[in-house]
Amino acid sequence: MRFMTIYKPGVDQETAGPPSEKRMAEMGAFINEMAAAGVLLATDGLQASSKGARVKLVDGDFVVTDGPFAETKELIAGYAIVNVASKDEAIHWTKRFLALMGEGESEIRLMHDFAAFDGEEARQVGAAANR
Amino acid sequence: MSTADAHRAIDAVWRIESAKLIAGLARMVRDVGLAEDLAQDALVAALERWPRTGVPDNPGAWLMSTAKRRAVDLLRRRTLHERKQDQVAIEMEAALDAAVPDLDAGLDDPVGDDLLRLVFISCHPVLSREARVALTLRLLGGLTTGEIARAFLVPEPTIAQRIVRAKRTLTAARVPFEVPRGEEMQARLSSVLEVVYLVFNEGYSATAGDDWMRPALCGEALRLGRVLAGLVPGEPEVHGLVALMEIQASRARARVGPGGEPVLLLEQDRARWDQLLIRRGLAALARAEELGGALGPYAMQAAIAACHARARTPGETDWARIAALYDALAEIAPSPVVELNRAVALSMAFGPAAGLELVDDLVADGSLDGYHLLPSVRGDLLAKLGRPDEARAEFERAATLTRNGRERDLLLSRAARCARELPPHPATEPAKS
Repeated sequence: MRFMTIYKPGVDQETAGPPSEKRMAEMGAFINEMAAAGVLLATDGLQASSKGARVKLVDGDFVVTDGPFAETKELIAGYAIVNVASKDEAIHWTKRFLALMGEGESEIRLMHDFAAFDGEEARQVGAAANR
Repeated sequence: MSTADAHRAIDAVWRIESAKLIAGLARMVRDVGLAEDLAQDALVAALERWPRTGVPDNPGAWLMSTAKRRAVDLLRRRTLHERKQDQVAIEMEAALDAAVPDLDAGLDDPVGDDLLRLVFISCHPVLSREARVALTLRLLGGLTTGEIARAFLVPEPTIAQRIVRAKRTLTAARVPFEVPRGEEMQARLSSVLEVVYLVFNEGYSATAGDDWMRPALCGEALRLGRVLAGLVPGEPEVHGLVALMEIQASRARARVGPGGEPVLLLEQDRARWDQLLIRRGLAALARAEELGGALGPYAMQAAIAACHARARTPGETDWARIAALYDALAEIAPSPVVELNRAVALSMAFGPAAGLELVDDLVADGSLDGYHLLPSVRGDLLAKLGRPDEARAEFERAATLTRNGRERDLLLSRAARCARELPPHPATEPAKS
């Protein structure tokens, strides 16, 4: 099953400046580890909202608002798509990610994916039967 | 943390850490079966302790140090009747400590090498193919025997037996815990790739039962393939296999209809193909090609799959290239199944008659007797040639041969469609197509 994890830092990252070299190195090693474990399908960080825009369709009219956006703590700063066997596995990796990033929040969402049909249930039934 | 929460969290940790744990222990104790027992003991200890204490910050290291302690205790007990027991235990302890400086040190190194050794030993040719598959899922996938049994629709004791025997066989054969070198490497690697692809195929086209797919197996095979590509990045066929699996998996959503019925490649809604997996597959294929040399069978099959992935509509498919790739595949990996696929490609590139000729050769040859896709393809070609009566008989024959319930329904509905196309009186001349 595949999950998208959507990361929102707890601080205003738009004004926080680039991460330290140490953190970059740690994050690089962590990403390599996830890739080596066959778990990581895609990941990227997002640039400041000043370089983006919001597009809305309201009452039949498009409204385009250029960044930066006001609610800085709600902003998405990055995402990852992981291939795992359970939500708990996704949580486990996400905890390790946040431990490196510091204060913040990641939302974990199940994607519409062929592996989501019965994987979770199968694992739980299997685990209960075997242990 | 409730006990249920803790158990789910432990399952997740186990799945992530167990292969590294078993691999590290196997190097120390030189016995995969014993290594797995030790790892299981550590898991039991975690199940007792973690619901009370919470999951430790570094669960992998906790499991490893617990298992190492048990290894030392066990070796002490085993050498109890020997005079130098304490000396042995002390030496053993030192060796164990030296062996695993830091489990989290990353994968470029001992841990990666240990994992690779574990892959090779799980897929060792001394084991039957079924045993290799079960052992690989168990040791590298961290699947329980219950999960493996469910995936393969066999009773759990059968899988448990298979794994116990496999471990015994490895011990009895004194299979060394090492990565093969030189000429042996290629033969052993192809056994590993075969196991991974068997697992993938078992999930992708379930051979029995009503589930068209057993998705968890596909996911696990993909994960193992990607791990392997990281462990032996210089082997083009590993990237070829990963490419093949990624591209095939990209169609997973499109190949099952709303009622669970299979949808054939050319009838699939390509908007439902997974572009992320296609991109990953094409990138893996490019890596295989960049490594140079002639493409191996997996890379070649991936190249064929890539032809489909690149075509935005069925009409854009480069069938001539696919037919040429099948010609090449038939050279390096000849098999009746490859011939059958070649027949399909030829029929698409040069018309159904060209394909039928090859299919009739296969029928005469007899080696695919009992394989449902032979009459299924023949029926398809006959239908295209405007011979619905013969086509119907072939689809009905195919329906009696498949073990997959969904596929049987599809074949019977095609047979029924042929029956509707039949003129009221038997045609004496084949209709023009």
